[in-house]
Amino acid sequence: MDPSAKRIAFDLSVWTLSLIAAMVLLAHEAMARDFGPAARNDRWQTECGTCHVAYAPRFLPAPAWRRIMSSLDRHFGTDASLDATATSEIGAFLERFAGREGRQASGSRSLRITETGWFLHEHDEVQPAVWRKPEVRSRANCQACHTRAEEGDFRERTLRVPN
Amino acid sequence: MRTNGLPRGLVIAALLGSAPIHASPTSPLEIQAGFEAAARETAPDFAGFSNRRGEQFFKARHGGEWACASCHTNNPLVPGTHARTGKRIAALAPSANPKRFSDAGHVDKWFKRNCNDVLDRPCTAQEKGDVLEYLMSLK
Repeated sequence: MDPSAKRIAFDLSVWTLSLIAAMVLLAHEAMARDFGPAARNDRWQTECGTCHVAYAPRFLPAPAWRRIMSSLDRHFGTDASLDATATSEIGAFLERFAGREGRQASGSRSLRITETGWFLHEHDEVQPAVWRKPEVRSRANCQACHTRAEEGDFRERTLRVPN
Repeated sequence: MRTNGLPRGLVIAALLGSAPIHASPTSPLEIQAGFEAAARETAPDFAGFSNRRGEQFFKARHGGEWACASCHTNNPLVPGTHARTGKRIAALAPSANPKRFSDAGHVDKWFKRNCNDVLDRPCTAQEKGDVLEYLMSLK
């Protein structure tokens, strides 16, 4: 191989490897954003985390969070009303770190995280019997399988589906 | 600092006065004294709180799907479970959980929510005082 061809081959290899490295990094970043520990806020943790896991802002897009925060007195069948200060601080936090618009079920007015396209897709391998187990009980009960859900960690490595 | 001519003491007093009510710790007895004052205001024939009445109220379904006991269990000395989500709820009786009824804002927030859920209306001061009497009687 003549020296210029060698040079071109070397350059191509370096470029290809760099490109692969960049793609891996970006994918890792995206995974961390979607599944890893996420943004936190003390008031959100306390107020939203009493009856259920404090659901991460990225689980729903900003318009959905706005609708949830403006109807807390009728919150999925219970009264979860908050005072004005807490409502506005938590609302601002949820909207700031909200998920992409496409995260909500398309054309659906549902505010349920468990009815979003991404949730259904991520759980399409879960057997129906698993959802009915007494320790699972509800799809809202993330921590039944996602052992570190309280910390916002939904990675596969922290997943333990009950037997 | 400009205070638009207001004496500084007045400004400080106004700021302190606007502090949220739940900032100061309190006790179950103090909270019950508040219910008693409110009950006397609306009912001149107020004759005290009853733990028996409180227990019946706590365990009854008031025409709806739930009782207080649906989540807090029939034994408020032990932890309960949220009827919808399955999340654990710390014990409600103050003798089992000293954090209970130690924060007036917290108590107001939860009576408002839970009475709406169970009775579809706010609870009266008499009802809240009776329930607290029942919870305080558990050892």
